[in-house]
Amino acid sequence: MNTSTDQMETPSTAEKSVDYGELIRNGLWSNNPALVQLLGLCPLLAVSGSVVNALGLALATLLVLVGSNTCVSLIRNHVSDAVRLPVFVMIIAAFTTCTEMLMKAFTYELYQILGIFIPLIVTNCAILGRADAFASKHKLIPSVVDGLMMGTGFGAVLITIGAVRELLGHGTLLANMDLLFGEQAGNWTVVLLNDYSGFLVAILPPGAFLVVGFLIAAKNLVDQKLKEKREKNKIKSVKGSRRVRTTGTIS
Amino acid sequence: MALMRISSPHATGPNRTTQVMLTVCLATLPGLMALVWHFGPGPLINVLLASIFALALEALALKLRKRPIGFYLRDGSALVTGILLGLALPPYVPWWLIFVGVFFAIVIAKHLYGGLGYNPFNPAMVGYVVLLISFPLPMTQWVLPAELTQQTPTLIETLLGLAQGTQGLPDGITGATPLDAFRQNTGELVLDVYAQSPVLAAGQWAGAGFEWVNLGFLLGGALLLQQRIFTWHAPVGMLATLLLLSALFYDGGSSNSAGSPWLHLLSGGTMLGAFFIVTDPVTSTTSTKGRLIFGAGVGLLVFCIRTWGNYPDAVAFAVLLMNFAAPFIDYYTTPRTYGHTKPRKATEKSE
Repeated sequence: MNTSTDQMETPSTAEKSVDYGELIRNGLWSNNPALVQLLGLCPLLAVSGSVVNALGLALATLLVLVGSNTCVSLIRNHVSDAVRLPVFVMIIAAFTTCTEMLMKAFTYELYQILGIFIPLIVTNCAILGRADAFASKHKLIPSVVDGLMMGTGFGAVLITIGAVRELLGHGTLLANMDLLFGEQAGNWTVVLLNDYSGFLVAILPPGAFLVVGFLIAAKNLVDQKLKEKREKNKIKSVKGSRRVRTTGTIS
Repeated sequence: MALMRISSPHATGPNRTTQVMLTVCLATLPGLMALVWHFGPGPLINVLLASIFALALEALALKLRKRPIGFYLRDGSALVTGILLGLALPPYVPWWLIFVGVFFAIVIAKHLYGGLGYNPFNPAMVGYVVLLISFPLPMTQWVLPAELTQQTPTLIETLLGLAQGTQGLPDGITGATPLDAFRQNTGELVLDVYAQSPVLAAGQWAGAGFEWVNLGFLLGGALLLQQRIFTWHAPVGMLATLLLLSALFYDGGSSNSAGSPWLHLLSGGTMLGAFFIVTDPVTSTTSTKGRLIFGAGVGLLVFCIRTWGNYPDAVAFAVLLMNFAAPFIDYYTTPRTYGHTKPRKATEKSE
């Protein structure tokens, strides 16, 4: 465990120091909201049909998550435990509404495609979970970093699923990016498979479950390999007492 | 809700898995022969290709899972899955379609869940449904039976068809199946539908070709029943429900009619489903009462989806939906254990 302390923290606070490396690792990999906590699956599965949808929702969620973590962290010492959850939900709802208005103003077509799933960010448990589990117990900067990392981790999984489903379903990548990045992005489409008849099940809801399942399996596989590697590299310490053994192999 | 364990005494018989599976393979022969007779060599190629893919993918999956390959290949379950999927697919589909279907059946539906005996869903039907919702166009194009076209595709045309689907076949060789004809019926009397649709007009009871295929599977199923490979409960439950519902909703042949009982019993995948799919020992229920309920549920769903749903045939969807329900049915149909007068209730607290 890294023991570097939070530089921004004044020594007088009683709150424990925060390890930013750990925060980043947790958000992106070891406690990823989508792959490990399995939170916010509803939008994750529903709108990850293409990269542009996934990216749109990922950015919206990131914005709300960072905003709500910031506010919750700021007011954490002034809200009593009894009304804590309603207050958090109000804050999240306010940020979601802001995001919704922003999307309406700048990416109207994408807003229409994502539809109900933008307002539904309010009910994304990943956001409320971070507000309650992290932001309400930590200072401002760690909370912002946590929100940023959790949002990025969620978004990365969302975009990966979107890419896989778009590739399997349509044989393209980055289609319709002009919905998010304006006119000049219209020709970003990469056609990877020409004359492809489309594997519709990838676009349909079962495809989302299958892709998430395979991503979780891949993550577990990587973790297992890393663990095996670490075990192999670790110098084996001789355990036990130094008594003389008369039978068996000497360890 | 914990899954129910079936308690002793377990009767053991000479029916080992391999023997059961090979008998099932043999019993599909009458149906397969009827298919080849009416639709040309396409169904045979489907079955062969699907079996080869199934065995190869089973071997690959076993190798990846570090299981003994020869031992599990010899039980014949992968072969049965391949044959059943090959029989269910329309003839003259491209080869990659068969491969995708078998991949989903063997690797996703069977081995990702733990292999033979652990799969909650019938692998062949999972493969079929994935193909049906992913590639609706090639999956709903059936060639017309030989009585109507006066020709069946030759072997060379069949092999060409493997590369490019029905586009490689002569024109006018595909057409509506009997269930399609009823699906597209818009306000006509049943007699008019029969007169207008060539496939229904040329048939005796339920459309040329398709009725004989279904009778072939019925014969194979009867053979399996006689061999005591499965009990009669599930197939009879399914067919009786389908018969009852279609008789109820036949409506005297009006424009609202859902088709005659003959049409429902002898077209589409009814008989293949009744004798080869709902009798799957792994994914169906275990008690006799449970099997009756399971079969009746499949029959009910088949009729509802055929009549009011979007797809012309429904056996695969119905079987998958009932597979979901199978553990639940088992839970509530606990049989009476030996030495007790009454069966235990599922709601009873365990002591």
